Amino acid sequence: MAPFLVDRRGLLMGAGALAFAPRIAFAAAATDRRFVFVIQRGAADGLQMLMPVGDPAFAAARGALAEDAATATKLDAMFALHPAMPEVARLYAGGQALFAHAIASPYRDRSHFDGQNVLETGGTAAYQQRSGWMNRLLALLPAQEAQAIAVSATIPMALRGDREVASYAPSSLPDASDDLLRRVTALYEGDRQLHAIWSEAMQTRMLAGDLSGGGGRAGADTGALAAKLLAPADGARIAMIETGGWDTHTGQRQRSAAQLKGLDALVASLRSGLGPLWDRTVVLVATEFGRTVAVNGTGGTDHGQASAALLLGGGVKGGRIIADWPGLAPAALYEGRDLKPTAALDAFIAGALAEQFALDPARVGATLFPKALSGRAMSGLVRA
Amino acid sequence: MTPQTIALHRFGMGATPEDRPPDDPHAWVTAQFARFDARPAPIAATRTALQAAADLVAFQKQRREVRAAAPAVAAAAANGAAMVPPTKPGDDPELKAQRRALRQDHYAATADARLAAALASDTPFVERMVFFWSNHFAVSADKQAVTPLAGAFEFEAIRPHVLGRFGDMLSAVARHPAMLLYLDQAVSVGPESLRAQRAAMQGRRRGLNENLAREILELHTLGVGSGYTQGDVTEFARALTGWTVAGLGGGGNADLPPGTFLFVPGLHEPGARTLLGRRYAEDGLAQGQAILNDLAVHRATARHVATKLVRHLAGDQPPAAMVDRVAAAFLSSGGDLPTVYCALVASPEAWVPGPVKFLTPWEWTVAAGRATGQRRVPPGSTLGLLDQLGQPMWRPGQPNGFDDLAATWAGPDAVMRRVEAAQRIAARTPPVDARALAAQLYPGALSAATAQAIARADSPAQALALLLVAPETLRR
Repeated sequence: MAPFLVDRRGLLMGAGALAFAPRIAFAAAATDRRFVFVIQRGAADGLQMLMPVGDPAFAAARGALAEDAATATKLDAMFALHPAMPEVARLYAGGQALFAHAIASPYRDRSHFDGQNVLETGGTAAYQQRSGWMNRLLALLPAQEAQAIAVSATIPMALRGDREVASYAPSSLPDASDDLLRRVTALYEGDRQLHAIWSEAMQTRMLAGDLSGGGGRAGADTGALAAKLLAPADGARIAMIETGGWDTHTGQRQRSAAQLKGLDALVASLRSGLGPLWDRTVVLVATEFGRTVAVNGTGGTDHGQASAALLLGGGVKGGRIIADWPGLAPAALYEGRDLKPTAALDAFIAGALAEQFALDPARVGATLFPKALSGRAMSGLVRA
Repeated sequence: MTPQTIALHRFGMGATPEDRPPDDPHAWVTAQFARFDARPAPIAATRTALQAAADLVAFQKQRREVRAAAPAVAAAAANGAAMVPPTKPGDDPELKAQRRALRQDHYAATADARLAAALASDTPFVERMVFFWSNHFAVSADKQAVTPLAGAFEFEAIRPHVLGRFGDMLSAVARHPAMLLYLDQAVSVGPESLRAQRAAMQGRRRGLNENLAREILELHTLGVGSGYTQGDVTEFARALTGWTVAGLGGGGNADLPPGTFLFVPGLHEPGARTLLGRRYAEDGLAQGQAILNDLAVHRATARHVATKLVRHLAGDQPPAAMVDRVAAAFLSSGGDLPTVYCALVASPEAWVPGPVKFLTPWEWTVAAGRATGQRRVPPGSTLGLLDQLGQPMWRPGQPNGFDDLAATWAGPDAVMRRVEAAQRIAARTPPVDARALAAQLYPGALSAATAQAIARADSPAQALALLLVAPETLRR
């Protein structure tokens, strides 16, 4: 099983430098239906993507972050979609986008690593499950002669397990992500020599215009690549796309806009690349946890609890928002600071997958989230 | 830094996930002498200098034939020949394939082997010394004949002697085809030699090339400004005439495989030589060797070598007292390298807690690979990575090798490239908990800033990338 790598830059003709630097991993299964999991690593702010503009506490709690509500797309009396996401707005209008808000995995702490481990393995605590729920999903799908497409050096945790999966990882990423650069800046802050060297390096980079973020181009390129690998009859049936850069402790308004624009472009190019297959595809967008309701001192937000998740696809029973809204009033918040989880992300995922692949929801729940699934898998998410 | 991290990172090549903090940091270094493997598996699998030389000879032969045929082909084309011929000799497909093979089978393969051996090594101090000496006796792969030989040079002339005597390493270096070709010794002819006299009768002039003799004095042994004169350089060059390479130098083809070291009496300048006030009687090959033997244990050599070694382990400004001690160890032992290394290890100046060196791109590549537990080197990947990081493998461009000073390597672009490479390395590494790894790689020496940056990273891969470019990893 020789690992193989695909040069993203070569394939995509020069994807720009983005925190939204995605990696894609695929798995094969005997079905013509497709499932794509877009993981938002770093805790994406659901309150920024899907703004509860009808909540009386919203504007006051969110400060400058609430200003984008003015140009946001009103979805219903309570919620509006961030203006950087016109493609998702169109899908919503066409009944192909379904949101769930105030939703969370069983993880109730605030570590990215542990939170992502729970999100990807389907456990109730980090490192409790040894495989990922996407890998266990493969075992439920009709067996096929296809053992594996290939294995690469790196498979995201959600896809790790007994079943072999292939991975397309960029073999050449000449540009570091904006988010990493920001963190390196912070890392070198107290080091006199490195601080000076790095300031100069960043200045040079700025002059070269590399910090523009590509205006969503990297997201679009990734969506197109994923579509290309999912579309063929013998292509992958299940894919996972990793996106980063969602950990917006500072300057969230601008950064979120760029991130959401990239995500929107990814969805658009995935849909157009899949063509008629879009009707047979479900895309899940989810993150490990949400962010604080209040804005911090640096125009950002810190690690929180509930966030929003998103289902997209031709077969999705969309055009609506599932939310048992807990409210943003101080007394309604989890530990006085975070959006309180009122829906279980695992029940949402299990329900969507059971309907997408015509599986017994109880079996899907027991296999993918053996300890976690407290209630039942949700239903009525995807058309048969 | 703690003594444990100094041992692992300053003396070694960076900790691996399997490394445990040594109980006795000094002994951890010196105990490696008994374990060192001069030909570990990745290196044993590469092709030798003789194999490279054979391919080089085949390539040069093909090139001569293509060049000889070029005018005829061009004429045929001008006369309307149906087949469109290659326009330049360099376009010849066979020649191109051979040139590519010289690069891949020899240069790229030995670079990969060097990295693989460094990643897996459990004698990282000795490996560090191999890299030190290889750079001290630098050849540069940008010379076409050297490209396929550069790796074999290190594997054959340096590695076997890294725990031996300096003089033996010097002799092996001076006889290796890579060095003889790089510094033009292979084509040097004694002005009064039989070969020169015969050439003169045919109206051609053949003469002395001082390149190797000069660099041995200036770079390899005594050091610049140590008191030798141009007269000494010329005398030494005369003594070295006749030292050449079968098949590739001025010695003709002989009956030996190409690349074999060869002394050709017909090229040798007859007569006694005087160097640094000492007379060396005519003795053929032994004359040049006698000079090398004396240079190898010369006081100036001891000081020159000690200064470079101390700079490598105790910082850009080598402490004078430590240089004195190491030079004394060199002299008293007749250049016995383990004795010299022991003097380095025993010097408190090399164990000061603050980092003393900024890693070179090569050192960083090895440290990053060891930190992430890498063992497999994708074929052909090493040359590209080192090019990107700014220290092309075995290609310093000059016989004085790469600089060993922070200012050379701690530049904005260089650090940016490491950040880019770190992101890529981290993306390819199976998920690890960088928090635990950082604590393990830098026991008791992890800064709060680094620990915090890692803990706050938004993904395991990002955390690992930050660890790889943290100040702890960039310096030793």
